[in-house]
Amino acid sequence: MATEALPTEPATPRVPGVAPPGAPRRDREPGRGRRWLLGVWSALAILFLLAPILFMIVFSFNDNQGRFNFEWRGFTLKHWADPFANADLAKALENSLLIGVLSTLVATAMGTLLAIALVRHRFRGRTTTDFFVFLPMASPEVVMGASLLAMFLVLGIGTGFGTILVAHIMFSISYVVVTVKSRLEGMDPHIEEAAKDLGAGEVSTFLRVTLPTIAPGVAAAAVLAFALSIDDYIVTSFNAGQTQTFPLYIFGATKQGVPPQVNVLSTMLLVLVLGLMLLNVVVQRRLAARDKAARA
Amino acid sequence: MSLSRRRRMLPWWFALPGLLWLIVFFAIPILNQVSVSLMSGDPEKGYELTWTFSTYWDAIRDYHAQFTRSFGYAGAATLIDFVIAFPLAYFIAYKAGRFKGLWLLLVILPFFVSQVMRTASWQLILNDQGWLVARMQDVGVVSDDGRFLATGKAVIFGISYNFLPFMVLPIYATLDRIDRRLIEAASDLYCSRWTAFRKVTLPLAVPGIFAGSLLVFIPACGDYINSSILGSSNTTMIGNVIQSKFLNVLDYPTAAALSFILMGVILLGIAIYGRVLGTKNLTELAG
Repeated sequence: MATEALPTEPATPRVPGVAPPGAPRRDREPGRGRRWLLGVWSALAILFLLAPILFMIVFSFNDNQGRFNFEWRGFTLKHWADPFANADLAKALENSLLIGVLSTLVATAMGTLLAIALVRHRFRGRTTTDFFVFLPMASPEVVMGASLLAMFLVLGIGTGFGTILVAHIMFSISYVVVTVKSRLEGMDPHIEEAAKDLGAGEVSTFLRVTLPTIAPGVAAAAVLAFALSIDDYIVTSFNAGQTQTFPLYIFGATKQGVPPQVNVLSTMLLVLVLGLMLLNVVVQRRLAARDKAARA
Repeated sequence: MSLSRRRRMLPWWFALPGLLWLIVFFAIPILNQVSVSLMSGDPEKGYELTWTFSTYWDAIRDYHAQFTRSFGYAGAATLIDFVIAFPLAYFIAYKAGRFKGLWLLLVILPFFVSQVMRTASWQLILNDQGWLVARMQDVGVVSDDGRFLATGKAVIFGISYNFLPFMVLPIYATLDRIDRRLIEAASDLYCSRWTAFRKVTLPLAVPGIFAGSLLVFIPACGDYINSSILGSSNTTMIGNVIQSKFLNVLDYPTAAALSFILMGVILLGIAIYGRVLGTKNLTELAG
């Protein structure tokens, strides 16, 4: 580090309010006490973030009585044995998963192409497009949801599965663009130019150079889009019609008491997502190791 | 079509599907909503465009309390989140060492459980006979015979909880990018650690604080999940009003006018806030 080479007594002129040369230099290591305080604060903040999730998992094993599931009545596995006991809930989860997968596929494809156009090309209206893509992220969900429903009403389009899907694709695109853009901006454009110089066409440059390089960014964008879709309540509540999704079902159930099967299914989803993330890390490491071996 | 022309059109072909989708399902609905807000009529006979601007004044007159409450709750939650998030982000960026990844995973873990589910969990944890409310009564946050649920405090609590990761992540990202040598240089030049923090670290973290505040404040203003699940009829926010006007009362013009007043105030707020913090180009933040 460059600073290590600096003399302990710099030849710079004295600045008012700064300790005079020769005064003992302040400890660079933070005091034990303050460091400890920072760690405790951070641990408490994480506990705050995770508290309702821990509660949810613990109470999926509760042998609950009555409608509300918040008093511990003893351990049971009965909810885990039959997580799909509630047909409405199972249908709502099925809808959510299907909408999540479909909207992720479409939004990721469209958003990735849009990000490439914005980063790799200088075309007229680029700045405007950039700003326009940013707008949905700056709009409150209640405004987007209500506006979309108003348009469907004017056009006489009935709301349901299809309109939820359309809405989810709409609000996911901007997040995909931003995520892929940041990956593209970190990529050296000369690699693509080199591919073209070596005779690769536009399409094969895209498929064999650009896409593999930005793949981790695209994967991250897809995960984000899926998370946004499966979690959305506000926009969905406007455009759902009679169709139920997982969040809509839970919201409706908060008034009469959330059935413990919701805890079970939410826990399963959490484990599934964590598993997929772990898998992604393992695959990335394997690929990196293979690359290293190939280069050696 | 000549080759050069095809090349010139290429970015447009890439941008077209996504752009078209946003135009048809985001821009046009918003523009359509402008015309809805100027209509008059009633749910039975339908609405007609009559350029009734008074809907806006009536909406402000009738619902200024809910507007004030929404901005108040959202502002309080943004401040609380900043106080919780900054030390946490600082800890992860500088002190977490090789466990950095694990800490970050714990920060985003709540995203893997539905927001509605987590809020519903808080509703159960904070029940009137619960352990947590009893402790709050001991400390005096809640009066001895009082409830925590169904109060404004509970709604602010819920909003702060739900949007906290959105404050932590951008602050962490900017802190992590700061060149450590700048801080070392400051201490080499006899800055105390506190002065180095105040004059070097904090100013460099401003873009992250700005982004985090917007990511919390904007969705919080329009939120009605927390006030529905944790609040009562005394904690109604503007999102609740828009939702019920639209879906239950079928008073579309008022709902549309309320949406635009909300959006207008938010955009104005962003512009002023950006000027104060010296961030002029908002799109820079998005990228």
